[in-house]
Amino acid sequence: MAVPVAFFAVFFAWPVAAIVARGLKLDGVWQFGRITDVLAQSDIRHVLWFTTWQALASTALTLLVALPGAYVFARFEFPGKQVLRAAVTVPFVLPTVVVGTAFLALVGRGGLLDDLWGVRLDTTVWAILLAHVFFNYAVVVRTVGGLWGQLDPRQEEAARMLGASRLAAWRTVTLPALAPAVAAAALMVFLFTFTSFGVVQILGGPTFSTLEVEIYRQTSEIFDLPTAAVLTLIQFVAVGGVLALHAWTVRRRETALRLVDASMTARRPRGAGQWALLGGVLVSVVVLLLLPLAVLVQRSLDAPDFAYYRELTSDDSGVFLVAPIEAIGNSLEYALAATVIAVVIGGLAAAALTRRDAGRFVRGFDALLMLPLGVSAVTVGFGFLISLDEPPLDLRSSWILVPLAQALVGVPFVVRTMLPVLRAVDGRLREAAAVLGASPWRVWREVDLPMVRRALLIAAGFAFAVSLGEFGATVFIARPDNPTLPVAVAKLLGRAGDLNYGQAMALSTILMMVCAAALLVLERLRTDRTGEF
Amino acid sequence: MSITKKATVVAVGFGLVALSACGSSDSSDSDGDSKTVTLVSHDSWAVSKSVLADFEKQSGYKVKVLEDGDAGQAVNKAILTKDNPQGDVFFGVDNTLLSRALDNGLFQSYEAKGSDKIGAEYRVDQDKHRVTPIDTGDICVNYDKAYFSEHKLDPPTSFDDLIKPAYKNLLVTENASTSSPGLGFLLGTAAKYGDDGWQDYWTKLKANGVKVVDGWEQAYNEEFSGSAGGKKAKADRPLVVSYASSPPAEVIYADPKPTTAPTGVATGTCFRQVEYAGLLSNAKNTKGGKALLDFLLTKEFQEDMPLNMFVYPVLEGAQVPAEFTKYGPQAKDPETMDPAEIADHRDQWVKSWTSLVLK
Repeated sequence: MAVPVAFFAVFFAWPVAAIVARGLKLDGVWQFGRITDVLAQSDIRHVLWFTTWQALASTALTLLVALPGAYVFARFEFPGKQVLRAAVTVPFVLPTVVVGTAFLALVGRGGLLDDLWGVRLDTTVWAILLAHVFFNYAVVVRTVGGLWGQLDPRQEEAARMLGASRLAAWRTVTLPALAPAVAAAALMVFLFTFTSFGVVQILGGPTFSTLEVEIYRQTSEIFDLPTAAVLTLIQFVAVGGVLALHAWTVRRRETALRLVDASMTARRPRGAGQWALLGGVLVSVVVLLLLPLAVLVQRSLDAPDFAYYRELTSDDSGVFLVAPIEAIGNSLEYALAATVIAVVIGGLAAAALTRRDAGRFVRGFDALLMLPLGVSAVTVGFGFLISLDEPPLDLRSSWILVPLAQALVGVPFVVRTMLPVLRAVDGRLREAAAVLGASPWRVWREVDLPMVRRALLIAAGFAFAVSLGEFGATVFIARPDNPTLPVAVAKLLGRAGDLNYGQAMALSTILMMVCAAALLVLERLRTDRTGEF
Repeated sequence: MSITKKATVVAVGFGLVALSACGSSDSSDSDGDSKTVTLVSHDSWAVSKSVLADFEKQSGYKVKVLEDGDAGQAVNKAILTKDNPQGDVFFGVDNTLLSRALDNGLFQSYEAKGSDKIGAEYRVDQDKHRVTPIDTGDICVNYDKAYFSEHKLDPPTSFDDLIKPAYKNLLVTENASTSSPGLGFLLGTAAKYGDDGWQDYWTKLKANGVKVVDGWEQAYNEEFSGSAGGKKAKADRPLVVSYASSPPAEVIYADPKPTTAPTGVATGTCFRQVEYAGLLSNAKNTKGGKALLDFLLTKEFQEDMPLNMFVYPVLEGAQVPAEFTKYGPQAKDPETMDPAEIADHRDQWVKSWTSLVLK
């Protein structure tokens, strides 16, 4: 417990507090009057309203589209399932600067909708909502599907046997077991869409503004730190409120679940209805998720003899001091370090949160851990600059800041993925093991670990992939001699000329492939291991 | 809590301390080391490897470069950290943000060697020498040559042309509150039509179908039909607010190289941008910083800049590459504005522009 608390205090709470204090303190006196001043502006109130309703709408839409997907991935066996599950996660981990523009190929000028029906959604709120589904589909599929696949279908079958209708059986047996995972997924989607930045800027255009966009603008363009500080506090309160509510509902629904190996529960679809469901989900995945990704690949190949890819290996382009291709190695190293940090910190936190004697304070920490997801990268980045600037923690130009910042975003994923499963482990199993003389370490290794291994791998996979695509924090500290992939892409996109654009597309494609490969490896790792028990 | 668990916690704690320790030793090495000079810049910074190596060899300093986000972020972060700066020299504050840097006391005085050979029109702060002009460039409307020859239409040449019906729905520009070319274009119109005339101009521009997107990347790569990205995305706007150096870039970064640039510049729509560098207040290695500033004004660096950062030198006598003179000549009579005047009006103008154009 002490380690995660210290980690968050030093690398999150302190930097954010420092930058907020810089904005709200004048000559050492707090200026709380600023809060009401800012809230009185009609622009700001408009931003608040838009931020909230678009997040609610996006969450609802994402659940609507992705829950059938979660069911299909959990319960059906079909060829190419692993590849597809890895592929749907790719948009989530890629930076918006890369995929946002590709998404325009679906909803914008000359896109699929334009070709078929002459409908153009770019610079409308629909583009924002659909893009949020595109980016967050995987959150629902992985979070809900992960648990759904491990629910023992025999329980539902038993209920049917005892005379319950199909709906009643689902409602009374499966739904209550699934609810915490659905709540967790919905909460994550809400968080991501509430704090949406790139999607709103790129697809919505400058007429739409969320709280996050406004904080970025006030901090980094207008340099109005007081206003930015007030907006940060507002976002903090809003996000904190949602998180507290969530923690409360999850605790109320905690029950020990009977978990089984996922490979036992999935089977080939039977009957027209199930085939239609599978078909529908596959079509929606192809159109909504894979098509925009395919556009990236196609644009990267749109030159003779892989010219864009060959150009990546030359180091005299002037844009970087090294060949852009080396960004791949940099990204992998950073992401690996970030994953290790996130899994250690997140794992310790999740274990501490599961303990039965965990007090009120500890359980409140559950919600606190999620806060970094709801705080603007620009706030944290600027905060780092003014708080981590004295020895022994002068990390401002150190490479470690990159994985640390990435881990900050990764830890909540680890905790959120592990916690529902860890909590579902029947405490009596641990007690029985302890009574029989097992040390706590052995209890963890032989009781908890086998049951949560899958969740642990999913968590690590997420943390790794999120770190790979992380852009906000990386951009603050990267140096020209070791840019990460997203930073290199952004830099190339910022320059005129065919070869620059083409290289950006080629690097994006590589980033996409690396992410997909990493996710696929985890998928395979999982099925190999589960054969053991 | 068992011994093993405690051991884990302790081990992880050690791990973290070790991690942060190697991080801090890394940076304190370079800070305390007078043989390293640190340049803080924005993400458009670029230099040829060989040119930088020449400086390191001649001066004996090792150069560390920190790129701190886009131009606006880099300046803001430098101001935020001015009591304990991340480096010794800052490069990349332009005339639109210069007053913010100077008013916040970002720089200390140093007159770089070669300052007397800087073109007179670029010089500022002559009594204190807190900043040194390094490069210049023009923000101008670019046009897609293919579109205009296909439609047998003359491309626009001036601000006045852009509000003519012939050019309806053709121009895409950037958000003036988030994008530096977007702000430059707004300042260009303010310089041309004055504090009380630009709003009227923009009302007409809006009526003539100007499209505003958030950043240069979207405008140039997605909406402008003359760019590589725009062609792939079937873009339909043949006019875009970009730089005078974009046409040469379209030639240089093409394979095979075309004989003429696919895009041109509307020379009567330009706003001049000048970028400055300065020695940071509280710099740890002032001696190295001064040497680095001198280097930025050498002919070698000045002539290396155009093909790396797509800007023009400010040093008199520095040669501009042939591609620049051929495909993207500097505007003869660009709009200019005194940094002090920009400082006085910038925020107010951007605010009125936002409610006029975006709402």
